[in-house]
Amino acid sequence: MNQNTNHIEHHKHISETTIITESSNKKLVLVGNPNVGKSVIFNYLSGIYVDVSNFPGTTIEITKGKYLNYDVYDTPGIYGVSSFNDEERVARDIIIDADIILNIVDSVHLERDLFLTQQLIDMGKKLVVVLNFMDEVKKHHIKIDIDKLSELLGVPVVPTSAIKREGFDKLTQTIESACYGKQDPHLHSQLHSMLRLVGSQAEALLILEGDEYISKKHGINPINMREEIYIERRNRVNNIINQVLTEASIRKKISTTIGRWTLNPFTGIPILLLILYFAYLFLGKLVAQDLVGFTETYFGHELWENWICKIVNQVISQETIIGQILVGEFGILTMTVTYLVFLLLPLVFAFYILLSLLEDTGYLPRLATMVDRSMTYLGLNGRAIIPLILGFGCVSAATITTRLLSNEREKTIATAILQFVIPCSAQLAVITALLMSAGFKALLIYVIVIFSVLVVIGTVLNKFLKGEASPLLINLPPLRLPQVNNVLQKTMIKTFAFMKEATPWFFLGAAIIGTMQATGLLDLWQKALAPLTQHWLKLPVETATAFVMGLVRRDFGAAGLYDIAMNPMQTTVALITITLFVPCITSILIMYKERGWKTATVIWIGTWIGSFTIGGLVAQIIV
Amino acid sequence: MIAKKSLQLSKCKKGDRLQIVFIPDGLQRSQLIRFGIIEGDIVHCLENLPGGTTVIQKNRQEIAIGYKFANKIIVTKI
Repeated sequence: MNQNTNHIEHHKHISETTIITESSNKKLVLVGNPNVGKSVIFNYLSGIYVDVSNFPGTTIEITKGKYLNYDVYDTPGIYGVSSFNDEERVARDIIIDADIILNIVDSVHLERDLFLTQQLIDMGKKLVVVLNFMDEVKKHHIKIDIDKLSELLGVPVVPTSAIKREGFDKLTQTIESACYGKQDPHLHSQLHSMLRLVGSQAEALLILEGDEYISKKHGINPINMREEIYIERRNRVNNIINQVLTEASIRKKISTTIGRWTLNPFTGIPILLLILYFAYLFLGKLVAQDLVGFTETYFGHELWENWICKIVNQVISQETIIGQILVGEFGILTMTVTYLVFLLLPLVFAFYILLSLLEDTGYLPRLATMVDRSMTYLGLNGRAIIPLILGFGCVSAATITTRLLSNEREKTIATAILQFVIPCSAQLAVITALLMSAGFKALLIYVIVIFSVLVVIGTVLNKFLKGEASPLLINLPPLRLPQVNNVLQKTMIKTFAFMKEATPWFFLGAAIIGTMQATGLLDLWQKALAPLTQHWLKLPVETATAFVMGLVRRDFGAAGLYDIAMNPMQTTVALITITLFVPCITSILIMYKERGWKTATVIWIGTWIGSFTIGGLVAQIIV
Repeated sequence: MIAKKSLQLSKCKKGDRLQIVFIPDGLQRSQLIRFGIIEGDIVHCLENLPGGTTVIQKNRQEIAIGYKFANKIIVTKI
């Protein structure tokens, strides 16, 4: 076998590296299935000085760090290397360029994980296998013959327990001894002939497995031997498992039992409600209202804005156009900074804490399973529940998480639902307060109308967009207690990346609105809207102001309704309209970035037409 | 040998012990092979939710399959 691998080396050419920025450092790439503890090991190796960026042409985030003289890359969790989805495409390109691969494997699910391991070996990559979750192996009464596993795979195998931080020393010592593993002789000879054509064993394998992108790159017609290679590899892996794994009786663990409860609607729905309630308490109440209320008012408006106004006023008068754009109502130094630092930053941070907690427990795939069938009526599958639920926290952040859906069609439907009907936590608070004072009938009408709109949007888009909902096929990870360190580290990395991306957009948006206000355009807009509000929506003329404010921030819009005298039915109409009305500037900007200008513009214009049409129709009936 | 009655995976009941007879071609078939499930394998039906979303278990692994795909997977009860 060693002869084989040496022999492959001779034929290896340096592969083109266009995707990853060049440096003289070796590329150490972490690869593994989802939920195998990759990020804990990545954080251990690279510390906190990491760089998160979008992979060119996709919305998948890539985390890059440094360890000794290696550039360390974290990759999205995948079950195999190919082009099945965005995650795989991104991981594939990084793996092709890798010098050494740390393949992190869940010891409790060897059967599933070793498929990827064997595929990486077949790609001709230098490998170290990290057997993570060794602590759980004991609890499951499984025995793994590590030496035998290493011998059969032909690469070093290091047992670790990322949670207890055991085995990390050994891991770092072993990186240097990464080597090529053992391949199936039959596959090897097939690889050999393809290697002559393409020069890289990794790419040769992917072409044999029918990867269209790589085939096209080399001008070779796709050869589809995937089925054959996959089954052979599966058998090889099963064979290895039989030789290294011994299993005692399986006893049900408490986490398994809770895991089952989360799937069945009878127990799953109460569990979901409980989780949502805690999420609301944390994000909606503690952070969005109490904390942000304090940071925005005190640090933002009182301290920062007063201070910066004074400074600017010494140079240029606030009454001039430039002065207004800088420190006016929508000033890029006043409003924008307050929004970014004292409002968005704490919200986003808290939001990512929740998200990381939910991710690390492994609950989300179970929730997706429970609601799967209902979501198909909206043209989505169960996975789409994740962004929709997150939308109640912050529509902008949730629009970003539509990334985890499997195709453009589903991303578009989920984004449209988010932007139209889901009120964010800040807006929700104002809406709830207003509805409570308007009475039960108002609440009922509001909920029925909004829910119907959600169903109609999903159903209509499902009908008119080409294609159909892709069926759910997910692996349900075991429920695990999240690690505080890991959650915080993940949260910090993601928050920083988010702020880095959002900041320039905020300044641009504020500059545009500020200019509109300074030039009187904003005033004109307000007047143009007046007839619509008064006649069609049957609302007091002042509500036009609320809609203009709603353009900037959703909760501003709702709050603008506070001081206007209206009867309960007018309040209902106003709230329905403002909920469906255009989303806040942040989420519009994010939508443009995520979905592209075409889809985003259609959705944006749709919210204008939709909100006034539906609001008006309801007004004609009830007011 | 008595021919065992085959049925769609989506029609199975919670607690059934099943042998996989047929998985249709496509990316999702490849994905199942990656998970470690091919024809001939024996799995447990953990849940069959209202609407047909089915959760199967093999060893310690649990996999949720949407009804559209579960409809096309053929199994026999054993």
